[in-house]
Amino acid sequence: MLASGFSLAAGGGEGLEHANINVHDKASLQRGAAMYVNYCLGCHSMQYLRYNRLVEDIGLSEAQVEEFLLSGDQEIGDPMLSAMNADEAEEWFGIAPPDLSLTARSRGPDWIYTYLKEFYLTEDGWNNTVLPNASMPHVLWELQGIQRPITESHTDAEGVEHVEIVDLELDQEGKLSPEEYSDHIRDLVAFMEYAAEPAVLKREKIGIWVLLFLVVFTFLAWLLYQEFWKDIKK
Amino acid sequence: MAKPASNLSKNVQAFGAWVNERMPVGQVWREHLTEYYAPKNFNLWYFFGSLAILVLVNQLETGIFLTMFYTPHADMAFSSVEYIMRDVEWGWLIRYMHSTGASFFFIVVYLHMFRALLYGSYRKPRELIWILGVFILLVLMAEAFMGYVLPWGQMSYWGAQVIISLFGAIPEVGDILVEWIRGDYMISNATLNRFFALHVVALPLALLALVVLHLVALHEVGSNNPDGVEIKKHKDEKGRPLDGIPFHPYYTVKDLFGAGVFLILFAFVLFYAPEFGGLFLEPDNFVPADPLVTPQHIVPVWYFTPFYAMLRAVPDKLFGVMVMGAAIFVLFFLPWLDRSKVRSIRYKGWPSKVMLALFVVGFIRLGMLALGDGTPIQTIESRIWTFYYFAFFALMPFVTKFEKTKPEPERVTK
Repeated sequence: MLASGFSLAAGGGEGLEHANINVHDKASLQRGAAMYVNYCLGCHSMQYLRYNRLVEDIGLSEAQVEEFLLSGDQEIGDPMLSAMNADEAEEWFGIAPPDLSLTARSRGPDWIYTYLKEFYLTEDGWNNTVLPNASMPHVLWELQGIQRPITESHTDAEGVEHVEIVDLELDQEGKLSPEEYSDHIRDLVAFMEYAAEPAVLKREKIGIWVLLFLVVFTFLAWLLYQEFWKDIKK
Repeated sequence: MAKPASNLSKNVQAFGAWVNERMPVGQVWREHLTEYYAPKNFNLWYFFGSLAILVLVNQLETGIFLTMFYTPHADMAFSSVEYIMRDVEWGWLIRYMHSTGASFFFIVVYLHMFRALLYGSYRKPRELIWILGVFILLVLMAEAFMGYVLPWGQMSYWGAQVIISLFGAIPEVGDILVEWIRGDYMISNATLNRFFALHVVALPLALLALVVLHLVALHEVGSNNPDGVEIKKHKDEKGRPLDGIPFHPYYTVKDLFGAGVFLILFAFVLFYAPEFGGLFLEPDNFVPADPLVTPQHIVPVWYFTPFYAMLRAVPDKLFGVMVMGAAIFVLFFLPWLDRSKVRSIRYKGWPSKVMLALFVVGFIRLGMLALGDGTPIQTIESRIWTFYYFAFFALMPFVTKFEKTKPEPERVTK
C-alpha cells in the first residue's frame, strides 16, 4: 500500500508562504489584472467584478481596458465572466472551474500565492502540494518552468510505505527566473485581493480621517465632561 | 430688535405647554433625565449600558438600509450582499457597521453583565432588571444567529444546520420541531425567508420592548453603584439623594465621552480589520452556501463559542443541549443565589473574588476551546470549565452566606 503525504504545505494554513502584497500599489494591481485576464479568465470568472471598476479603482483608462482586457463582444460595464461553457468545462476537468471573485477572502492571499508556486509534474500529469490532486493544470508553467518532486520514502511501524514530497526542484527553466515568477504571482494575488473587496482601497484611505475626527470629537467631549463635573469632583 | 426673539420664545413655551397638557413629555424628561438621580461614583464599568443602546441604534439604522438592498432568496441572497459591498454607494460601510456592530453588541453586553456580577446589581430590589436583561441576552442571541444566516454563505448555511439540528435532540417531538423551524426537510429558501422576517421585524421589536422595560424597571428602583450601597437612604431636605446627581447633564456628558472612546475602537476595527482575523466575518462565509459540501470546521461566531464549547464537552447530544440551555437558564436564578450581606465585590470575602475571577477565566477559555480542533486534552479542559461554570452558581449561596465580608460604608466612596 502506498500513501502520499505532503510536508511542504499540507492542506491547512501552516507552511504557507507570505504573499507580502500591497493592494494600494496601483501598478502592481494593473499588472495583476492583465495577468488574470491573460491566464485565468479563460476558465475562472470573476462574476462580482465589473470591468469598469478597474477604471475607477486601479487607474486603468477606459481605452486600456477596452483594448487589452475586453474580449469578443464584451462591454465595459459587464462583469468579468469566463467565455467557457460550464458543462464543457465539467467534462474536461471533472469540475467546473470555480468563480474567483472572493477566493482571496475565503482562502486568503497567502494560500493563493503558495498554491500558484507549488505545481509539479509527474508521469500522471500536474499536481500541487497545497491542493493535492487538484483538477487544475499548471497554466503558468511556461513562465515558471517545470518543477519535479523530490521524494523520500518512510516505512512506518505497521510496515506501510509512505512517499513524502520533501521539496520541489526546477527541472526545466521557464521564461521567468524564480524571483521574477514570484513577483508576477504577487501582482496576481494583489489583484485578487482587491477583486475580493474593491472597497478595501477606499476603506483604508478614509478610515484615518474618520479616526482623526473621532479623536477630536472625543477630546472635546472629555473637556465638556471635565467642565460639567468640576463641582461634583471637588 | 429684542421683541421678535421674545415672541418666539413665548411661542415655543406656549407650544410646550400645549403639548404637556396632552402628553407627559416634560414629566418623562424630568423623571428619566434631569431629575433621575444616579450615584455619583460610577466607574468605567458603567459605560456599557449606554453603549449597548448606542450599538442597538446602530444596528437598527444600518439594518434598515441593508434591508433596502438585500434580497431574501436562497438564489440571490449571497449575490445581493456582494452587490451591497460593491455596487451600492457606501454599501460596504453600512454592511461593515452592521457586521462589526453585531460583534461589538456582544462585547458590550457581556461586559455590562459582568458589571452586574461585580457589584451585585441583580440583588433586591433589582431582580426584575436582571431578569429582563437575561431575556434581552436570549433575544439578542436569536437575533444574531438569524442575522448570520442571511448572507447565505457556507457558514451561514452549515451553522444554521448545526444549531437547528440541536432541537432534534429533544425526545419525541425533536424531528417534528426541527422540520417546523426549517419549514422544509432541509435548510432551504423557506428557512432563509422566515429567518429574515424574524431578524428584521419580530426580534428587533421584542428587543426594543425588553430594553424599554429594562430601563423602566431600572428607573423605578434607581441605579446600583460600585459600592453596592443604597443612595436613597440619605436624602437632602428636598428628597434628593445626597450621593446622587442628575443623569442629565452629568452622565449624558460623561457617556458622550465614553461613546467617543468606544467609537474610536469601533471605527478602527471597521476600517482596518472588519473580518477581525476571521472572528467577526468567517472566511468560509465568503463561499456561497452549498448543501452538498460540508466545510471542514463548522464553528459558530465567537460570541456563541463559550456555550458551544459546553455543548461539545458533553458526549451525549441531548444532555449537551440541556447543559447549554441550562447555562443561560441558571442566570435567571442569580438574584436568589447570592445571599451575601453585601452587594459589591469590594466588600465580599476572598472566596467570592476568587470564584468570580475563575468564572471569567473559564468563560473566556471555553470560548477559545470551541475554536480548537477538539483534541482529547481540549475536551477535558472544556469539561472542567463547564463543570466550574455551574459550580460557580451552585456554590454561590454557601460561599456568599458563610464567607467573611467587610463592612459596607454608609455612603458611597470615591
